[in-house]
Amino acid sequence: MRPRTKPELFPAQCAGIESAEMKKAAISLYVVVTIALMVWGFYQAMYVAPSDAMQGEISRIIYYHVPNASVAFVFFAVNLIGSIGFLAARRNNPDRAQLFDAWALSGAEVGLIFCTVVLTTGPLWGRRAWGIWWTWDPRLTTTLVLWLIYVSYLLLRRFAAGTQMQTLAAVLGIFGALDVPIVYMSNRWWRTQHPAPVFGGAPGSGMAASMLHPFLWNMLAWFCWGVLVLGLRYRVERKHQENAAEEAREALESRA
Amino acid sequence: MPRALWTHLVKDLRIELRTLDAFVSMLFFSLLVVVLFSIAFDPHGDFSREIAGGVLSVATMFASVSALNQAWSREIRHQVMDAQRMTPAPGAELYLAKVIANFLFVSVVQIILAPLFLIFYNLHIQGQGWLLALVLPLGTWALVANGVFFAALSIRSRNRELLLSLILFPIFIPALLAMVRATTNILTGESDPILWMKLLLGYDIIFTTVSLLLFDVIFHAE
Repeated sequence: MRPRTKPELFPAQCAGIESAEMKKAAISLYVVVTIALMVWGFYQAMYVAPSDAMQGEISRIIYYHVPNASVAFVFFAVNLIGSIGFLAARRNNPDRAQLFDAWALSGAEVGLIFCTVVLTTGPLWGRRAWGIWWTWDPRLTTTLVLWLIYVSYLLLRRFAAGTQMQTLAAVLGIFGALDVPIVYMSNRWWRTQHPAPVFGGAPGSGMAASMLHPFLWNMLAWFCWGVLVLGLRYRVERKHQENAAEEAREALESRA
Repeated sequence: MPRALWTHLVKDLRIELRTLDAFVSMLFFSLLVVVLFSIAFDPHGDFSREIAGGVLSVATMFASVSALNQAWSREIRHQVMDAQRMTPAPGAELYLAKVIANFLFVSVVQIILAPLFLIFYNLHIQGQGWLLALVLPLGTWALVANGVFFAALSIRSRNRELLLSLILFPIFIPALLAMVRATTNILTGESDPILWMKLLLGYDIIFTTVSLLLFDVIFHAE
């Protein structure tokens, strides 16, 4: 049972408690909205959207494959910003640097999950549409390379020792992020087996309006879901950091 | 050439020329890889031209990593790292000197290996053979520039040698692809290697620049 505090006795704490409660309420609302969007997106993708003229029902995977790819790329960008921010802030503002590092780690981990989904849904579709699970064309290859780079990023974070780990990981994050434009542009530079860009490609590309709305709903739903998972991961990481700082403080104090 | 860069370069070359440790092991290792691949893939006729580019690139890669693993070991053993950290000379010059030195070693290995390669694979170059003299150095530079950087990055980690490979190989893949495609296109004469060479050049420029800018960050990481 929550202890009751009289507002006139402890105004600051009450303001804190109220804003914390408001924050919790807002987050709960966001979770509910996200789940609702996911359900709506599923309904749109499976029941409302028409099947593709040429591919039939299997084209529906685009409502999952493309949003997940977009979210993965955005989260790898979060990792890049976190890495750069960490390197910039680590001398002058160590507390803010820790924030950046938490974002960097969260972005890499959650982005990696979404990238795994992309690499799974792609071959599932490809097996039915092209007859092959995989091909080493530029887009697939570079997406796989991106996945490998972020796995190596997480391995570095695991193997590197001590306090310089965050700096080293931030530098590797920057290197890894340089690969992202190559992935995106590869689809335009080289002839490839991957479908040519649907949006902004050659004349004749673009999506039918009846498919566009389900697509946009799913984009929104998956982004909201991604941000939710990212936020949770970030909070967990911050807790880890605070615990580690607390232990370090206790260790120092007990020595004195 | 900046003085610190020249000093480091001459030092590395001189030390290596005394014993030729890394060089000999690199040469022998590449030779072994070429032979092993021949047994694994049985090169004959046109097929040998298709795979030769890949085999040469992968042989270079494995050989370089065996040398890169101990690229910084001398510096660690004799507290050169600490001494370097105390000097005002930019760490980037030390990095660049190491890259150039290792680049020269690997290139010499490739020059020695190339005739053997032509013999073992019975290669008749269908395309413009002189372009190989551009492609191979570009590919080697990509490998060595990133390799020296990541070797420095993984110095103080638990599985130093393993981590170097784990970090280097994914990031090197685009350059490997470009190097293999360009070499294969030159050997088979089927299509134009220029696009791949441009990619390799762009890759080299981007990653060398970033490495030079960020080397001091990782070198002085606390």
